[in-house]
Amino acid sequence: MSNQNGNTKPKLALYWASSCGGCEISVLAIHEKILDVAAAFDIVFWPCVMDFKVKDVEALADGEIDVCLFNGAIRNDENAEMAHLLRRKSKIMVAYGSCSMEGCIPGLANFTSRDAMMQFIYHNSPSTDNPDGVEPDPDWAFPEGPAPLPKFWNTVKTLDQVVPVEYYLPGCPPEAEWTETLVMAAAAALAGEGELPPPGSVIGNKDTVCDECPRTKNEKKIKRFYRPYEIVPDPDTCLLEQGIFCAGYATRSGCGALCPQVNMGCRGCYGPNEGVDDHGARLITGLASVLDAKTDEEVDAILDTLPDPAGYFYRFGLAHSMLHRTDVAHAPKRDGN
Amino acid sequence: MQKIMIDPITRLEGHGKITLFLNDEGDLENAYFQIPELRGFEVFSLGRPAEEMPRITQRICGVCPEAHHMAATKALDDLFHVEAPPVAHKVRELFYMAFYVTDHTTHFYALGGPDFVVGPDAPAAERNILGVVAAAGMEAGLAVINCRKRNHHAIKMLGGRAIHPVAGLPGGWSVAVTPEMRDELVRIAEENVEFARFSLQLVDDIVLKNQAYVDLIVGGAYTTPIHYMGLVDANNHVNFYDGKVRVVDPDGVEVVRYAPHEYTQHIAEHVEPFSYLKFPYLKAKGWKGFVGGKESGVYAATPLSRLNAADGMATPLAQEAYEKFYATLGGKPVHHTLACHWARVIEMMYAAERMLELARDPEITNPNVRNIPTETPTEGIGIVEAPRGTLTHHYATDANGILTMVNLIVGTTNNNAPITMSIKQAAQALIKKGEVITDGLLNKIEMAFRSYDPCFSCATHSLPGQMPLEVEVLDASGNVLKRLSQYVD
Repeated sequence: MSNQNGNTKPKLALYWASSCGGCEISVLAIHEKILDVAAAFDIVFWPCVMDFKVKDVEALADGEIDVCLFNGAIRNDENAEMAHLLRRKSKIMVAYGSCSMEGCIPGLANFTSRDAMMQFIYHNSPSTDNPDGVEPDPDWAFPEGPAPLPKFWNTVKTLDQVVPVEYYLPGCPPEAEWTETLVMAAAAALAGEGELPPPGSVIGNKDTVCDECPRTKNEKKIKRFYRPYEIVPDPDTCLLEQGIFCAGYATRSGCGALCPQVNMGCRGCYGPNEGVDDHGARLITGLASVLDAKTDEEVDAILDTLPDPAGYFYRFGLAHSMLHRTDVAHAPKRDGN
Repeated sequence: MQKIMIDPITRLEGHGKITLFLNDEGDLENAYFQIPELRGFEVFSLGRPAEEMPRITQRICGVCPEAHHMAATKALDDLFHVEAPPVAHKVRELFYMAFYVTDHTTHFYALGGPDFVVGPDAPAAERNILGVVAAAGMEAGLAVINCRKRNHHAIKMLGGRAIHPVAGLPGGWSVAVTPEMRDELVRIAEENVEFARFSLQLVDDIVLKNQAYVDLIVGGAYTTPIHYMGLVDANNHVNFYDGKVRVVDPDGVEVVRYAPHEYTQHIAEHVEPFSYLKFPYLKAKGWKGFVGGKESGVYAATPLSRLNAADGMATPLAQEAYEKFYATLGGKPVHHTLACHWARVIEMMYAAERMLELARDPEITNPNVRNIPTETPTEGIGIVEAPRGTLTHHYATDANGILTMVNLIVGTTNNNAPITMSIKQAAQALIKKGEVITDGLLNKIEMAFRSYDPCFSCATHSLPGQMPLEVEVLDASGNVLKRLSQYVD
């Protein structure tokens, strides 16, 4: 398709793998600007909204898609097949949102296993009634014919653990202004009116949520942690100083510090700030410096007041982290990033 | 034997897949609905502090995160044995009503509405939100966009974020309403009431005044007498935020009215090897397979179900619409699944009126939105009505509030068996030997499940678009005899 000047418009694809749909809603949250996107690009694939099929993507030449926004983690064979297909067809592959970039909350599944899930959900849950011990069968056939189900992986992977990725857009979900920035910058660069950042870049700010948080910060010396329900925090002072865990000190800014502004600690959905690869490791080291402790015993006593540190430090970044999953012997080899 | 696959229809946090088998005579032999994905929140949440659940479980669904956030928050009140201050309940409900208005709006205009406002047999290219705008006017299109925008603003103001809000805590809510916020919320709610009035009028003018549509709604292809579930208040009026779960039988007679704590006494989940999604049913009736009627445990939880399970609506304009609904469709209960779309607009009116009541409540600006839990946490169950059905969150913890058990029965899951049955019923009515399978057939199969607003459609809210359907007709050797698709230019 051509634009009004007769020039061919660049092609845009959007896809969701294992995701919640929030990234799709975040794309729509650019509201009327979606019309600018539609004017700048030919959208060639967007299963959520448009009816192009996988076979339409297969019919494109390799590299014919200019930009692919890929959200969701990689968790079954179908997710991986789509990642490989879209990678082959796309010049620029963007890991859009926390799931594809770092595994997000569903990546916490890497602390457990597929078998544990099957056991609880189909056998042990208090509402399950399954006297015959039935489980979903990937090779299922009805009396009338076969109807297989996709195989479910034991480990959640990020997009760049499966295919190479050019850019990352952080957030669960990304705030609309950054989606707009990314897409319009790509459109400008493809029209020869600007330059794209170097491959591997994260599209966003470089500093931390603390840097954009309006709460007053003093010297942090924490004697103990409080769980969010245990105290009503002072509305103007840094939450971490008040002993409420907030991941803002090691989390990339760009969201506008939304959670601290409604008295809730940041959980790190924007991933680590620029230059940091392992969010969890950075959260741990950063926290050590603010504890009001002189001895190891005092450190332990303070950390005992923060339950489930792994679940806080790796809330969004487990699948991407060096830890990757609890049984490291089975962790796959990492490639890229 | 011929096999017809409809894959993908689109997502339910993954894909939904319909498989139809035809016998050698060309009649329908059987129809199946499969959900091919599992995510396992019940298991990877274990070991986490319970108070994180409102922020964890909403990642089940980014389209209706508010519902999971709210069910989790209520489960925490119960788990920590703490009662939230009255104003906190009001702020939560106010937030939840803004969510309901926007969610029902997008489904009605972008997904369900086109079949009626534009027409079930209209050209496929027009059966979308743009077609709705063409039929109902540009005013309608702008009203839809503005409705979404102002309610997302209200959700962000009250919940911290427009997608994946964060304000729920055991014993309260982290945000208090200031007088400035109140003024803005009153204005938003007033506009919502006007918008709901406009939407009800649209149903009247475009659907009810067209006998062909009325005949379609009450026709046999989409009529399935089953049990109906919905949350009700003390007066048995529809409630989205709190109350008891009431179930009526296909004659409209109450069979159970249970408190959240009693859910496992009344609901059980059947497992089938062909789907990752379980099939809830009423324990008192037992699992009898994919059949309707009084003796079957199959129930639905939809806007239509909620109206059927209740005795009325708690606000005046919604009650007026409720009465008209049953007067028009021949009394209670209504078994026509396509009437779900109309029921959704009646609920939109209730949510808008309730939002306005709450925003105008003199207590809404009381800053005391928190009670601090002091008891030892044990076990908690929270139930809300999600737009797509009754949502149950059940947690148990150790004495330190660390999760040891999580069980979730999610909105669309309730409707797994009814959706399967509706698809089969529509396919049986439409696929006859010797008849050509057409685009119209595809849309009518779509209509069978679209009325449920299942979660695999909720992600298509708000932009022009339709459920992508592709049907392949295969012979017994797996050769493609015919391939049809719709909404493809």
